[in-house]
Amino acid sequence: MSAEPATEVVAAPLPNYLEAESGVASWLNTRDHKRIALLFYVSVLSMFALGGVFALALRTELLTPERTVMDAMTYNRMFTLHGVTMVWLFLIPSIPTVFGNFILPMQLGARDLAFPKLNLISWYLYVLGAIVTIAGMFAGGTDTGWTFYTPYSDSTPTRVVPVVIGIFILGISSIFTGLNFIISVHTLRARGMKWSTMPLFTWAIYGTSIMLVLATPVLGMALALVGLDHALALGIFDPSVGGDPVLFQHIFWFYSHPAVYIMILPAMGVISEMVPTLSHRRPASYTAIVVSTIGIAVVGFLTWGHHLFTAGISELDAGFFGVLSMFVAVFSAIKVFTWTLTLRRGSILITTPILYFFSFLFLFVFGGMTGVALATQSLDIHWQDTYFIVAHFHFIMVGGSVTAFLGAAHYWFPKMFGRMYNERVGTVGAIAVFMGFCLTFIPQFLLGNLGMPRRYYSYPAHFQWLHVLSTGGAFLLGGALLLTLTNLLFALKWGPRAGDNPWASRSFEWLTTSPPPKHNFATTPRLDYDPYDYSLSEEECRARALAR
Amino acid sequence: MRAHSLGEQYADFAQQDHALKLGMWVFLASELLLFAALFALYAAYRTMYGDDFREAIAHNTLAYGTVNMYVLLCSSFTVALSVWAVRQSRRVLAVVLLLSTMALGIAFLVIKLLEYAEHFRERALPGPYFHMAELPTFGANRFFTMYWVMTGVHAFHVTGGVCLLGWLVHRTWSGHYTAAHHTGLELGTMYWHLIDIIWIFLWPILYLA
Repeated sequence: MSAEPATEVVAAPLPNYLEAESGVASWLNTRDHKRIALLFYVSVLSMFALGGVFALALRTELLTPERTVMDAMTYNRMFTLHGVTMVWLFLIPSIPTVFGNFILPMQLGARDLAFPKLNLISWYLYVLGAIVTIAGMFAGGTDTGWTFYTPYSDSTPTRVVPVVIGIFILGISSIFTGLNFIISVHTLRARGMKWSTMPLFTWAIYGTSIMLVLATPVLGMALALVGLDHALALGIFDPSVGGDPVLFQHIFWFYSHPAVYIMILPAMGVISEMVPTLSHRRPASYTAIVVSTIGIAVVGFLTWGHHLFTAGISELDAGFFGVLSMFVAVFSAIKVFTWTLTLRRGSILITTPILYFFSFLFLFVFGGMTGVALATQSLDIHWQDTYFIVAHFHFIMVGGSVTAFLGAAHYWFPKMFGRMYNERVGTVGAIAVFMGFCLTFIPQFLLGNLGMPRRYYSYPAHFQWLHVLSTGGAFLLGGALLLTLTNLLFALKWGPRAGDNPWASRSFEWLTTSPPPKHNFATTPRLDYDPYDYSLSEEECRARALAR
Repeated sequence: MRAHSLGEQYADFAQQDHALKLGMWVFLASELLLFAALFALYAAYRTMYGDDFREAIAHNTLAYGTVNMYVLLCSSFTVALSVWAVRQSRRVLAVVLLLSTMALGIAFLVIKLLEYAEHFRERALPGPYFHMAELPTFGANRFFTMYWVMTGVHAFHVTGGVCLLGWLVHRTWSGHYTAAHHTGLELGTMYWHLIDIIWIFLWPILYLA
């Protein structure tokens, strides 16, 4: 049958997922991956705000060399809570649970994820984990830092147990989410879709999910053991009964280093979608992006030792871990070059999402290069436990992941809500986020290089000007994020209608209406073509995909 | 809810069953990694305290561990047979087999508790609670700490597995599983086999050498 009849099969339009059902129960009891994505969206943004408030409190305290607004113990608790909140309650779940949940099934041409009920359970577990963790914070909090290093965490008088129980529950939520994505990719790809034509964001989420499923249980066990040590004094990592605290560091980082890639791979996936769409070009090499995604997912498991360079591991081990860590930089560089090359001779749409891409490019490369420097043992010994480390990982986590999260929030906003945000405010927000970020963290590189240790409450007076700059940057960043959020919230209600495909993308999630109907596609699509083929017109794509 | 509902996202039952089984395999992989953390800790401490570990293992009662291994092996056999029985549409037999599996699981826990009681009397306890006059070493302390944690986590899984079997008994008895559709039962048996396999690896490192 020719493609013509398919284009006229436009029956009465289906109600979109937001309007398909109404009432609070229809949200709390939903199985729709898009609604669950929005539940996660609200939850992780609330946690992001909470972690941000902790960060601003820390930066305010550091305005002066001695006490400014809080005592030393409160400060220790505050940086722990900032780390715990940002890592486990925001960064790890952020892109996968929100955009992965929303976009991945549509990119597969599926009606939902493989296990919708498990998806909802995953959200409830997230909420439960968040409540337990936050309750632990209010019940006194803990002062170990988000890394819970033993033997201090075995014996600190603060409340470690509720926080590790909360993180354990969040881990189960992560595993369920990852499992759901893996199985969906394996079993629910639309007719005609091969692994070699699967959209790049889906590839990234798939790689991330494998890491989530295999690394998270190890963290769960590590933290459960710390909890047992703290609550029952089992002494698993306690040297006074023969235990080895460094073993904790090994199993902790066996998860927590892959966790870095759990945070950055989805971000790379977002970029890999935005760049081809917004420059209307096929990616310079689809294969290079996929291979480097898998490469990062595999090598990510073999680099944890670089966190232990100064913890007494052998020179040989340190050498191996250093070299393996640098492989991550090779794979990342392949991606960076591929994205940049994709822009060449493209017709680039200068909009807010692409500004976030430019910002990502600069910050991620900067963060990545300092990472290569840190993977070099001799340099790491100088920078170990200084603000240099803090600045480095914030460049990756905030400069990379959060920037891509914000890019995704703008790029997929019309897909999710059918409306357009204000472009001018979006642009101002993107530039202000970038400037605020640089102002916060570039001084921290300088501080670290001068020898300012991380997690210290007081510091010598000659460091003050750099701390003041950093605090100023943090408030600018906070303000910029608030502006961005306001812009998006405003557009939810008052933004102009965006149309189904405002970026004229060829990726599969844009084939259906925006916002999509409850089960995404009116008919099951056939996706047997390249999602980045800009030689096909939008109409041709639609006709080809949705023909019966 | 109907006895066997096909999710909106699936084209047919074959696809749904495939997804469910694959999902279980991925979950089991995740469970294996949970135990892998403990096996890694065991390996590290054993490397540090090899001789002390061997002495401490010799102190453990081999009979408890071995009997328990056979108990779990038999339970794996009965649980596998229950799937066969459902495929033959022999519902009552399947229920009997599942109940035997449960009984074996409970027997495992009872034997484990007897052994724990013995260790408790000897003060072969983890960390600072460890007070064994005949093995006053850090290594023996480490061994028994790992012993309690590993068998504890395993016993926790056995308990969960027994509850799961109870649910499967209920579903099988009420005729939920038919010769054509019994994926839920198969998933449960896969999980039970994992519990057995973990013990097969715990047994040599905690009782043999």
